[in-house]
Amino acid sequence: MEITIVAFGQLAEITGKQSWKLQGIPDITALKQILETNFPAIKNINYQVAIDKKITKENAVLADQSTVALLPPFSGG
Amino acid sequence: MNDAARYQRQILLPGIGIKGQQLLQDAKVLVIGAGGLGCPALQYLVAAGVGTIGIVDGDTVDITNLHRQILYGNADLHHQKALVAKEKLLQLNPGCTINAYPYFIDPSNAFDLASRYDIVLDGSDNFGTRYMINDICVLLRKPLVYGSIYRFEGQVAVFNYLLPDGTYSAQYRDLFPEPPAENTIPNCAEAGVLGVLPGIIGSMQANEVIKLIIKTGKPLINQLLTYNALTNESYNLAFDYTLTGKKGVPSNRAAFEDTLYDIACSNNRPLNIVSVDAAVFDTMINNENIQIIDVRETGELPLVNQFNHVQIPLSIWNEHLVNREQDILLFCQSGVRSKKAANAIASHIVNKTIFNLEGGINAWLAYKSNHI
Repeated sequence: MEITIVAFGQLAEITGKQSWKLQGIPDITALKQILETNFPAIKNINYQVAIDKKITKENAVLADQSTVALLPPFSGG
Repeated sequence: MNDAARYQRQILLPGIGIKGQQLLQDAKVLVIGAGGLGCPALQYLVAAGVGTIGIVDGDTVDITNLHRQILYGNADLHHQKALVAKEKLLQLNPGCTINAYPYFIDPSNAFDLASRYDIVLDGSDNFGTRYMINDICVLLRKPLVYGSIYRFEGQVAVFNYLLPDGTYSAQYRDLFPEPPAENTIPNCAEAGVLGVLPGIIGSMQANEVIKLIIKTGKPLINQLLTYNALTNESYNLAFDYTLTGKKGVPSNRAAFEDTLYDIACSNNRPLNIVSVDAAVFDTMINNENIQIIDVRETGELPLVNQFNHVQIPLSIWNEHLVNREQDILLFCQSGVRSKKAANAIASHIVNKTIFNLEGGINAWLAYKSNHI
């Protein structure tokens, strides 16, 4: 099972990439754990998660070929 | 319509016509912030013939604004943005009524300001103001056209729009329920910004405002558009009304006016400082890409030899003593002096993060004694 991650703003900077693929991630909670283990600075960011372009507030099961977007808030103007 | 020639090219458009032009003439739009987003938005709204426009901004023109805040030039330095903007915009289109409010919006004046207008455009530059603007729009049932930027990326959305079924579309708190913790998300003053990006995002906001007024097209209702100026990619995310979002908004005017929004002048607040707790600190101490600095004075106990670091006492501290090419992780005894040290150099550190160990080395030692 493979999912695509798309990161915006600071999350793209912390991870060093805007898009990448991950295998074997069952749900959003597992994804967040892996991201925070690999990139501890992510813990400080209050980001939202979208699955297939829809913001989700709950832990959701990920299907094969899902695209998960990681969206931090921006304040600049 | 006394100025048909001026608007002739847009009156020709399907969906606008004389009727649409009259809707624009009758509309009242409040633009909050006459900065990077506000300048282009104001220019297009005024040029398009929006009849009444309010400009709220308590700031003066600074030299660092000029690369992106295109209503202003050298001659305007140190003048009130709202007043300069009004003067320039009246030159562009004397047919508009422009109300300049040369002060910052805050909970004591937001209700009066926003209640005079039909649509609010958020061109502010800090989270406190953004949440305050959102909340007042929810309370007053005004549609809000939101835009914000970070480095090469921007976000645009329409919040709180009255839907045909009588309910209101999702608002900012449905997307991001609470403001992020202080100092976790840098803004333009710290992160940098390419001038064209707010030009694009502010223009998109003006476009959304015009669509709402003339009731044409598909505004970004229940949708957030993100745009990346480096890749030209845009990405639309759908989101819905939530109970959590609703609960985040003060329930009435009195509660709103009592709410403490963190609207301190963003230019004075270094936002590239990130606090980390002992557990996070522990994951960072072996990272060769981070320079770890003890800012205690020499000889202070406990001595730390469990991980590589350098010692630069706060008494001699300045930005020239640190490697500005790397992220910086600061600690002291309890976290107070390291925070002071972080604040002292933050404005000199570009594109790098300064991490500060909350609770100091004491907190990390306590953490280690519990996690062996």
